[in-house]
Amino acid sequence: MRVNFTVNGRPQEADDVWEGESLLYVLRERMGLPGSKNACEQGECGSCTVRLDGVPVCSCLVAAGQVEGREVTTVEGLADYAKHREDAHPGGGCATGACGTSLQDAQQWKANPKKATDSQTGEGATNPDATLSPIQQAFIDAGAVQCGFCTPGLLIAADEMLEHNPQPTDADIREALSGNLCRCTGYEKILDAVRLAAARQDRQGLQEGAV
Amino acid sequence: MGSTRTTGAPTKITQGSQTKGGIGESTLRPDGTLKVTGEFAYSSDMWHEDMLWGQTLRSTVAHAEIVSIDIAEALAMDGVYAVMTYDDLPAEMKNYGLEIQDTPVLAHGKVRHHGEPVALVAADHPETARRAAAKIVIEYKELPLITDEASATAPDAVLVHEGRTDSHSRHVSHPNIVHRQPIVRGNAAEAAKKADVIVKGEYTFGMQDQAFLGPESGLAVPSEDGGVELYVATQWLHSDLEQIAPVLGLPEEKVRMTLSGVGGAFGGREDISMQIHACLLALRTGKPVKIVYNRFESFFGHVHRHPAKLYYEHGATKDGKLTHMKCKIVLDGGAYASASPAVVGNASSLSVGPYVIEDVDIEAIALYTNNPPCGAMRGFGAVQACFAYEAQMDKLAAKLGMDPVELRQLNAMEQGTLLPTGQVVDSPAPVAEILRRVKARPLPPERQWESSEGADVRQLPGGLSNTTHGEGVVRGVGYAVGIKNVGFSEGFDDYSTAKVRMEVVGGQPVATVHTAMAEVGQGGVTVHAQIARTELGVTQVTIHPADTQVGSAGSSSASRQTYVTGGAVKNSCELVREKVLEIGRRKFGTYHPAWATAELLLEGGKVVTDGGEVLGDLVDVLEGESVEVEAEWRHRPTEPFDLVTGQGNGHVQYSFAAHRAVVEVDTELGLVKVIELAVAQDVGKALNPLSVLGQIQGGTTQGLGVAVMEEIIVDPKTAKVKNPSFTDYLIPTILDTPTIPVDVLELADEHAPYGLRGIGEAPTLSSTPAVLAAIRNATGLELNRTPVRPEHLTGT
Repeated sequence: MRVNFTVNGRPQEADDVWEGESLLYVLRERMGLPGSKNACEQGECGSCTVRLDGVPVCSCLVAAGQVEGREVTTVEGLADYAKHREDAHPGGGCATGACGTSLQDAQQWKANPKKATDSQTGEGATNPDATLSPIQQAFIDAGAVQCGFCTPGLLIAADEMLEHNPQPTDADIREALSGNLCRCTGYEKILDAVRLAAARQDRQGLQEGAV
Repeated sequence: MGSTRTTGAPTKITQGSQTKGGIGESTLRPDGTLKVTGEFAYSSDMWHEDMLWGQTLRSTVAHAEIVSIDIAEALAMDGVYAVMTYDDLPAEMKNYGLEIQDTPVLAHGKVRHHGEPVALVAADHPETARRAAAKIVIEYKELPLITDEASATAPDAVLVHEGRTDSHSRHVSHPNIVHRQPIVRGNAAEAAKKADVIVKGEYTFGMQDQAFLGPESGLAVPSEDGGVELYVATQWLHSDLEQIAPVLGLPEEKVRMTLSGVGGAFGGREDISMQIHACLLALRTGKPVKIVYNRFESFFGHVHRHPAKLYYEHGATKDGKLTHMKCKIVLDGGAYASASPAVVGNASSLSVGPYVIEDVDIEAIALYTNNPPCGAMRGFGAVQACFAYEAQMDKLAAKLGMDPVELRQLNAMEQGTLLPTGQVVDSPAPVAEILRRVKARPLPPERQWESSEGADVRQLPGGLSNTTHGEGVVRGVGYAVGIKNVGFSEGFDDYSTAKVRMEVVGGQPVATVHTAMAEVGQGGVTVHAQIARTELGVTQVTIHPADTQVGSAGSSSASRQTYVTGGAVKNSCELVREKVLEIGRRKFGTYHPAWATAELLLEGGKVVTDGGEVLGDLVDVLEGESVEVEAEWRHRPTEPFDLVTGQGNGHVQYSFAAHRAVVEVDTELGLVKVIELAVAQDVGKALNPLSVLGQIQGGTTQGLGVAVMEEIIVDPKTAKVKNPSFTDYLIPTILDTPTIPVDVLELADEHAPYGLRGIGEAPTLSSTPAVLAAIRNATGLELNRTPVRPEHLTGT
């Protein structure tokens, strides 16, 4: 069968799709988008998480035919997705201080700084041309990436949480990411990364509000 | 979260100390950006024009003769390009194995465990390949099962492997014992008479899976010269190569291996999985063949951690001094040897733990059974022993009426202690100190789930299942400490190779580091770049992809890569530096006397004297030149353990970690929530402090997993695996994992590069017994097995 859908903002067409193929398979093997990962292919690990019409789903559990006419965002499109959101709603979604984590909490992050970039070594980031979303940058900076196989799914899930809960408590973060398995990190640095992204988003919102 | 670093005896570093991004800094991963954008190419992401998909057919029974195999229907299916069985193997060599070549590439006349590969299919779609495999008809005639020590060592037991000729077969008492290592020192029976108290225990350790997230996978591409290119996720390219080439009937130079992105390993990629199968299908069809296991197959596609039975006896005087220890450790190696002999060596030589006990009587064995094959997993024999000896310490403390931490500290080994093998611990061993540190840390507040809006069930055992609001919840605190060896032991020639080049690129001095080290997530590539910056005084470092075009780097296991391949990179950089300075002397020596007289360093892209005077720019020195060195590097040699007494300088280095676990247990439902797992670990020198924390927290969490949830269940009646999925084999989620505050000590080991200590495994050891101790403390139950399941706590 043929399936037409939008992937990362671009209309796509997949031909010769067998009815039993998952969205994950079509993305990875037919669209050249292997960023969504295949760790369990049974909906337990979250490594294949994509957004389907904005909702995070395990793409391994979605039949390719189900996405006909719909919009899919994968990790490959996350930076663009975040940029469009920022352009449309500068400073994030939630009024400052209204969503749990206080400004003080966010600033405590500063007391335990992570190196944002290391331009001397060329690692990590800050090539001004590089387009990473805030959550992607935070994962690098906080040391949340080891083998990296869980990372794409976690990024999609964490970004989606921060979209509707920009100032999450630790319990909120744990709940939102409980469908994403990681075997390397023990999750501590992943928590750090989400806190870091939230704190940066909060500061940026404040700065823009002050202008 | 609350991480602290303490420096003991800092390593003196002069060369490179001014160069940014060198060792000791938390520089960021060079592959980080690719990994967060989805562009990093893992082995399962490989794709090739016209590629086929390979599928393995595995045995549905554990022990049986193969009466017949009928492939006709499978071969006739549209889209199927090849079906292969044992009869299609091209070379005389048809087995492989890490140490003992006892594992058939495809089953020959017999299967020895559930899930053993019997046939291969290549087809143009993975589903076609799966369906074709399902059409292959195999007739089995089942054989009696060997499933435990009693059935394996019975005088009339069926032999899992007939006609053994391996080196261990000569000293074992039964052919179903892979290897036996006794260690006898002093006189345990005599010393027992001095004991005021004696405790005995029988402990059971369940079968743990590495559960790396990236499934076994890779792509084999046939070459025009009759060879094959293999892109694969592994822990040791050259070990794979040595096992792959003979069964393909090819010389090693015709099998060109490149490391693809590795989605975690933890020991589970030390053995061959799909490597040979993909190459066979590619050579047979003349087309590229990709194999990707799904999670179900992955549970059959790699070896697991050895489940174990451990029998321990400890004695102590009434003031708490250990008098003696006797133990027997029985490891179930399953159907094939894999790394079992080395696991036995570790389990026996580290069975005493980080304690001083002069009189010991130790025996460790690994069995051949029809259970799933077991081999390397993080902690490698030391994990099982630590679970048992730490339970014994708590029992002993209780019997003596002593504080369990004080008992451990009283008997803690230190630098200069003699191990049961007669080897002297000749580097810092801060066992008492790391225990002190985890104990001194403030405890997390009680009843954290209480809030003005009622109970936050997310903080309680059972979580969002809303099973309790605090009723029946009891807190417990437990401690444990462990010792792990670093590097390959027992006389193994454990070396690594590094090729380092220095040249000017785009007007900048650039170093390129090329090794065959498998980057499996640990951050070796980050550390290699840091070492090159420190040693060569440059900021730009390129890490060449790992492949077999450079010499072996050994395995990414045994906590060894930063030590051994890091050591090799350091060594090659030093040789490059000497050559660069020679060029400088030749070119510019006449301009300044310091070229000949001063000690010269490379700093910030310049040649400087140790007094800080700049003599020249590396760009000028290297103008028109490039310097390259490929060299092997070895750590101190070790010796085998004597097969009768166990004596011998078998180990290279040790790594120590201690944990304090705080748990809350819903005693009515048997649910456990780990509230905090505090760690203190000596790392010698933290080359990358951020990566060090990641290793310690990750290792701790794998230890937590096997304490309360992770176990491959093998039916003792059929030897079949009952839970090969992430639905039924549970690994910790972010909700199961507590905060993990880490206290890092840096006490230099003067024998190691920069004084560093291999760190990856030690935190996996003590995590498990600390959690068990905390649950015992909460419930008062004896709990002699891990993982603990709800029924063990409720008695239902």
